[in-house]
Amino acid sequence: MSTLASVRGLSFRYPDSQRWALRDVDLEVQQGEVVLLAGPSGCGKSTLLRCINGLIPHMYPGELQGTVTVDGQEVAATPMSHLAQTVGLLFQNPENQIFMFSVERDVAFGLQNLGVPRKEMRARVDDTLRMLGITDLALRAPHELSDGQKQRVALAGVIAMRPKLVILDEPTSLLDPRTALDVVDLIHSLNRTHGITFVVVEHRLELLIPIADRLVVLAGGRKVMDGEPMEILSDGRAAEFGVSVPPISRLYDSLGREGMKLPRVPRSPEELAEEVER
Amino acid sequence: MTLIEFDRVTYVHQTTGGTALKDINLKVEKGETVAVVGENGAGKTTLVRHINGLLKPSQGSVRVDGVDTRETTTATLSRKAGIAFQNPDHQLFSDSVENEVRFAMKNFGFSDATVAERCDWALGYFGLEEYRKTSPLILSGGEKKRLTLACILAWDPSIVILDEPTVGQDANQKEKLSQIIKMLKDGGKTVILVSHDIEFLWPMQPRLVVMSGGRVAADGPMGEVMGNKELIEGARVTQPQLLRLYLALKAKPRTAFLEVQDAGRWLSGGAP
Repeated sequence: MSTLASVRGLSFRYPDSQRWALRDVDLEVQQGEVVLLAGPSGCGKSTLLRCINGLIPHMYPGELQGTVTVDGQEVAATPMSHLAQTVGLLFQNPENQIFMFSVERDVAFGLQNLGVPRKEMRARVDDTLRMLGITDLALRAPHELSDGQKQRVALAGVIAMRPKLVILDEPTSLLDPRTALDVVDLIHSLNRTHGITFVVVEHRLELLIPIADRLVVLAGGRKVMDGEPMEILSDGRAAEFGVSVPPISRLYDSLGREGMKLPRVPRSPEELAEEVER
Repeated sequence: MTLIEFDRVTYVHQTTGGTALKDINLKVEKGETVAVVGENGAGKTTLVRHINGLLKPSQGSVRVDGVDTRETTTATLSRKAGIAFQNPDHQLFSDSVENEVRFAMKNFGFSDATVAERCDWALGYFGLEEYRKTSPLILSGGEKKRLTLACILAWDPSIVILDEPTVGQDANQKEKLSQIIKMLKDGGKTVILVSHDIEFLWPMQPRLVVMSGGRVAADGPMGEVMGNKELIEGARVTQPQLLRLYLALKAKPRTAFLEVQDAGRWLSGGAP
């Protein structure tokens, strides 16, 4: 595996703020990984995302130390219009992102801004709609769609740019549990089939854990944990850092403390039941 | 005592002509904690907006504390029923956090001394003291959600309605939110929660109203309703992890685990 994004010794402070939002953060994201980013509110998650997609330093002023490179380009030295073709960002609320009269126009919007020729644009929009399973929505008005469909359309707009890295900021928090799982399945398939790398911020970890390769925990602007997701969640320290640890992981940790060490970390409640009754 | 009563309520959106609520019958007693769950677009938010009169039924009636919502104003109803909206940007508009909290209390005619006292309490309680003079618009998503809650609790309505309160909240804030809900319950308030966060709701064991396609698909104690896997999955809701664990065990106690500690005690000791 090769490194796609690399964060070295990154510190950042917003103007007029005494506090460093990020302190000396090192992070490597490998090509093809799904990396989950967790931590309490104000821990620096959003700031880190902004440093990776270039909003910092291009749009937000402040004091920046260290370097971020994505796909060989140093973020601070690369214009946003170039970065947008490498890194895509999906917001929590798709309504902040979709605004055209039809789904296909919305998906084409970023490509239009890049000046992609009409014929190629058509082909890329059609491909993207197919990849996301929304070809039948092409001519619909985005505001008529359900919330799950809107989230797919917003993601299509990002994917159409053919980014290598996609950043998702709480992509499922407004969705019902089943629809949220559908979006998680979609992320999984884009990752497996098309090799797109994902960095995801999410508080409802139980949804994303099954498809994540790594979990990174930030606290007070520092990276405090980084490793296999279930291992990290089952380590009591994660909860102490303010991560919303799913019940099954908390249970595994507490059983371990009582001397009941299970042979493997369970990924689901059913697996835990099977392990304890073995 | 019945505080909220929906009698055969149907609601048709004026702009789209779509029917958002179909023949809803629902009674909520004073002091109950009710969670409303169901798929996106099931009508959950439309339902709760009938309680403070933001929406009035197209057919049927809604009575709050004995008063038909069509025969009174939203301002009067809001004194009794406060809603913290799902998207805080829909309700924050003042030039400072402090004025945001004061706004409704002033409109309700509270004395200056009371407004000042309750504003101090609310800002302190929700950890917003340092933002007193700040514009609400620059707060983080989680802080905005807390501010909407502070505004409502400041005027002390008897019905507190929280629409997706856990979105964007970390573990510590969710824990605090659970404590606030418990405090409201102990204080005799009626609490209505709209939420997709099944794991958050489970330990509270509220009365659960499952909505699907504008109708009430199920209504009962959360433990019971959640046991009906087919029904809740039909409403695009999933079972909570501790219930799934309980159902998967061969040897189990008589009732499901509500907290991680309950499951831990049973599994490590096998004690009843």
